[in-house]
Amino acid sequence: MRPELLAKLTPVLTRRWIEPDAWRIDTYERLDGYRALRKALAAHPDELIALIKESGLRGRGGAGFPTGMKWGFIPQNDNKPHYLVVNADEGEPGTCKDLPLMTHDPHALIEGVIIASYAIRAAQAFIYVRGEAVNAARRLRNAVAEAYAAGYLGKNILGKSFSLDVVVHSGAGAYICGEETALLDSLEGFRGQPRLRPPFPATHGLYACPTVVNNVGTIASVPPIVLAGAAWWKSMGTEKSSGPMIYSLSGRIVNPGQYECTMGITLRELIELAGGMQPGHELSFWTPGGSSTPLLTADHIDVPLDFEGVAAAGSILGTTALQIFSQRDDPVYATYRWLKFYEHESCGKCTPCREGNNWMVRTYQRILSGQGTHEDLDTLLDTCDNIVGRAFCGLGDGAAAPVMSSMKFFKQDYLDYIEGRTPPRLSDKLLVGAH
Amino acid sequence: MSSDVVKAAPKPDEVTLTLDGMEVTAPKGELLIRTAERYGIEIPRFCDHPLLEPAGACRQCLVEVEGQRKPVASCTQTVADGMVVRTQLSSPVAEKAQAGIMEMLLINHPLDCPMCDKGGECPLQNQAMSTGRADSRFVEQKREYPKPINLSAQVLLDRERCVLCQRCTRFSDEIAGDNFIDMMDRSADEQIGTVDTAGFGGAAGEPFNSYFSGNTVQICPVGALTGVQYRFRSRPFDLVSSPSVCEHCSAGCAQRTDHRRGKVMRRLAGDDAAVNEEWNCDKGRWGFQYATATDRLTTPLVRDARTGALREASWPEALRVAAEGLRAARAGVSTEDGVRSGVGVLTGGRLTVEDAFAYAKLARAVLGTNDIDFRARPIGVSGEEAQFLASTVVGAVDVTYSDVESAPAVVLVALEPEDECPILFLRLRKARRRKGLAVTAVAPFATRGLVKLGASLLATAPGEEAATLADAEELRAALGRPGAILLVGERLAQVRGGLSAAVRLAEQTGCKLAWVPRRAGDRGAVDAGCLPNLLPGARPVTDALARDEIATAWGLPPEAIPATPGRDTDGILVAAAAGQLSALIVAGVDIDDLADPALARQALSTVDFLVSLEVRGSAVTEQADVVLPVATVAEKDGTFLNWEGRLRTFTTVLASSAMTDARVLDALASEMGVEIGCRDVAGIRRELRGLSRTAAQRAVPPALGPGVSAVATAALEGASAGVVRAVLDTWPELIDAGRLLDGDDVLRRTARPPVVRLSKQTAVALGDVADGDPVRVASDRGSITLPAAITEMPDGVVWLPTNSPGAPLRRTLGVTSGAVVTVGREVAA
Repeated sequence: MRPELLAKLTPVLTRRWIEPDAWRIDTYERLDGYRALRKALAAHPDELIALIKESGLRGRGGAGFPTGMKWGFIPQNDNKPHYLVVNADEGEPGTCKDLPLMTHDPHALIEGVIIASYAIRAAQAFIYVRGEAVNAARRLRNAVAEAYAAGYLGKNILGKSFSLDVVVHSGAGAYICGEETALLDSLEGFRGQPRLRPPFPATHGLYACPTVVNNVGTIASVPPIVLAGAAWWKSMGTEKSSGPMIYSLSGRIVNPGQYECTMGITLRELIELAGGMQPGHELSFWTPGGSSTPLLTADHIDVPLDFEGVAAAGSILGTTALQIFSQRDDPVYATYRWLKFYEHESCGKCTPCREGNNWMVRTYQRILSGQGTHEDLDTLLDTCDNIVGRAFCGLGDGAAAPVMSSMKFFKQDYLDYIEGRTPPRLSDKLLVGAH
Repeated sequence: MSSDVVKAAPKPDEVTLTLDGMEVTAPKGELLIRTAERYGIEIPRFCDHPLLEPAGACRQCLVEVEGQRKPVASCTQTVADGMVVRTQLSSPVAEKAQAGIMEMLLINHPLDCPMCDKGGECPLQNQAMSTGRADSRFVEQKREYPKPINLSAQVLLDRERCVLCQRCTRFSDEIAGDNFIDMMDRSADEQIGTVDTAGFGGAAGEPFNSYFSGNTVQICPVGALTGVQYRFRSRPFDLVSSPSVCEHCSAGCAQRTDHRRGKVMRRLAGDDAAVNEEWNCDKGRWGFQYATATDRLTTPLVRDARTGALREASWPEALRVAAEGLRAARAGVSTEDGVRSGVGVLTGGRLTVEDAFAYAKLARAVLGTNDIDFRARPIGVSGEEAQFLASTVVGAVDVTYSDVESAPAVVLVALEPEDECPILFLRLRKARRRKGLAVTAVAPFATRGLVKLGASLLATAPGEEAATLADAEELRAALGRPGAILLVGERLAQVRGGLSAAVRLAEQTGCKLAWVPRRAGDRGAVDAGCLPNLLPGARPVTDALARDEIATAWGLPPEAIPATPGRDTDGILVAAAAGQLSALIVAGVDIDDLADPALARQALSTVDFLVSLEVRGSAVTEQADVVLPVATVAEKDGTFLNWEGRLRTFTTVLASSAMTDARVLDALASEMGVEIGCRDVAGIRRELRGLSRTAAQRAVPPALGPGVSAVATAALEGASAGVVRAVLDTWPELIDAGRLLDGDDVLRRTARPPVVRLSKQTAVALGDVADGDPVRVASDRGSITLPAAITEMPDGVVWLPTNSPGAPLRRTLGVTSGAVVTVGREVAA
């Protein structure tokens, strides 16, 4: 492999994953574990917030909000408890970076949690893990127990006046609970539906107290930054998208998996790192950041995969989950399957997401069973227009993204179904009652 | 207008924004949708409701705000200075967004408007016309559900009509505090679920019993929620809507009565921000069928001398017979035991101010007596309450709903607000939720209402309230806060020294004090003078000046009005039963509401002459010599004075030949040779206005010491036979066997299941009685058996509802709160 390409691999968060028994505390401590914590607790919390601001770390959950700024929003000296909530409800189709991190290197997250809690003056932190991720939650709970036993959690951590309790909470498997306010409602024991904002979690979050909600990757990035400094962190990535990023590659490539690279790498380089396309497959379309980001085509193979680069190409970096499809894959059917996911996961609170997605799914079923009409395509696009920006939260926008982008790049595939050139893919028994 | 109009300077709490090109001002924090409404721009909406917290769920009210990437829900967006807003009137983006949402709301809606009760008054229908497309692009099959499902005996849900705006669930959570419904499932399968199907809240299958469920029907913006009583009965456009006032409790709710061809079809909560906001209780909404019950009286009845039975009579005949009988009674009737004379007047608590005044005037000006009392309930024995009403309540308008809402602390004594004044309960709860009002209750146990108010309880056995009021430091601290309010219920009259202690506590702490009676006409009767010690307009009977004023106003000789207070309800009944009174006039009294129904029955059968003015046949009309039918509230003009002392004036809803009590009394007095000028309400109101100022001295408040509580005599020990002596406490629940709920069995089914409440220790003393075990509560007259409910409450106290179906406490036991009863475990035969 080309050395200049290998240089783009920057294992920071992933560097311990392949160690034997990587999830054990002694392995972690042997490999620099909890050294950042000692350094952090010697500093003033405000210095830590300044450090994170300085590093340019942006949230790894998809939106890319500057982490230091988010921490800075927490009001101080307000006599209210503060909370850190880690969003580990990773459920976006194609995204697979937080679950392996928690499975293989749970202490990296825990150390980050302790430092972040110290910085925002929280004495209680929660890690909200996706319900289906049983293995990751088990590893995480074990690691929390190890950390308590080692004195990294609990009262007077490392002999300082700082105390912290961590609760690992498993959700019940709702995608919407990855939306931070729905997550907070769920954590409080209510039905997981997004809350009205304002007030924002920074002032009225968990139990109406100031709360920081951060992604697993964001929090796990904190110890390396504390240890090696903001300048080192900024030596990776681009000016506005600093640091390394875990790119999750799946689909028609030889070696799917997580590739932690400097931000701004291209798909071409990533495919090469992953051993190229599978024999007989040519790149046709792909998602840059999970299925809720508008899909891109082979024409975008050299788009730099950082927040700005992907936005310029008309999509979103999201969770850097690259699902790679070839000419043998059907963009119409793929879109239908994604849409089914969003329709199923819509919480039902707002009209456009609840009704619009259901309507679109059923239109796709008609098209895929050979009974679509040309008007259906207009209706689909217009429905997307009526969902995007009209829904209560971002779920509706995410659902419409693959529809609009696939129709933009692959309209002919739709027409082939409608005009009978592609045989029906679904049975028309799905359509009972349609008229 | 001159050209140099000076622009008003913006006030500090106002912002200026641009709305569809107009420069408008709005108070800080106002929601855009309200600002637009104030300027005549109607933005379509479903989930938005001014009394509920913003939800932003339906997305129908999207508007364009300059600088915002996406359309903004105007029901959640507050105004800001310099904001530039374009609604559907000037923004194609907003118009398209609204049309898009409307199309999506309709794709799964059945569009069964022709058979839907809401058709014709349906926000979905109306806004689909104003905002929607002419046709739908949706060709798939619509969502279907089995229909309808019962949310309660009374409220039905057609889920396929529902647009999931969450108004009903938010109402049940935010306003009523009864989480009887919630959202279930998700995505396109999201639906409203009930306690039975959702299994949240309480135990599975727990019966639904919110007193406020009817409001969900009223605020539902589609036809998804309907009431059994009105379902499929009428079309909105066939109805005539008349404003009215609820006749049930002392809350004084504004109502809207919808009627068709002389028949009331339904009642809705009216809008009155100062009183009931936009809510009412289920009793007020659905409890109106008593007026059309089969025993409704339409013609006068007189007792036939020959057969001894009541027969129909003409008005002239009935009035002549009544006048003769009353004239004779006034003069005195010779019997074997000597001469007995005098007429007592019992007026119940359900009269309008105008009608009550006619009775007060009839008693003094025609019958020459102060033996008049409106209190058809236990009133204690000391005369303390009458003195309290004369000193502290009559004419007072010290405490209002808005005072309650802004108070830092409220103390409730002998008052269960959810049962006895439900709209006051809602206001207390609002204050609790929005402003952190601290509620303290002096009560035997934490009722469900008190729990929903987050009230702190001073657990007090019946009879010990006066001591608690005198001693409890918590009360002193709570009421010492500026603006604090002490609310006492009518039941405090039964506790010797209770009202005296309340007055003293209010004086000591400087808090406001208000009396909250249970019936709509109670407070009006006080001010109209239906009390043995009070003449109309806060004039004590014992005050010569007061008597002079009245005598002058009524053209009577100065000495015409007796100078000594008359007998109260119990005194009148005792005297009548003992043969000391010759006649009684009884209006709207249910015998079983009285402290001792057996004594009352005896009184009715003992007097020489009994005149009954009633709407329907009753235990009184059965005994009466003359029965004079009177109008129901829907058939007359009148005024209720609610617990605040606020006038609640209403006009006739249904044209009818039925006459008001006042008009009947006017004719009766005329027949007796006296003109009392009570022919019409206008004349009475004029006269009342003339009587509003008095130079008379106000009565002094009562100052009785606390009595001896019976709790000390309760004995849990030595209960080897599984029988203990306990002190009884009781009050009527909102939905019970009361006669004003007759005719609506569906509503009655939403009553709370009657139980006997007793403490764990009392239950143990009975031989380990468990929840649900039958427990027998007995006096020397009879017994009532109900399932036990183990409750955290003082030992040796037992509580049961006053008038539950099948368990009329006063009639069966002949005792009331504070009495000692025996409690035993019911052993299956």
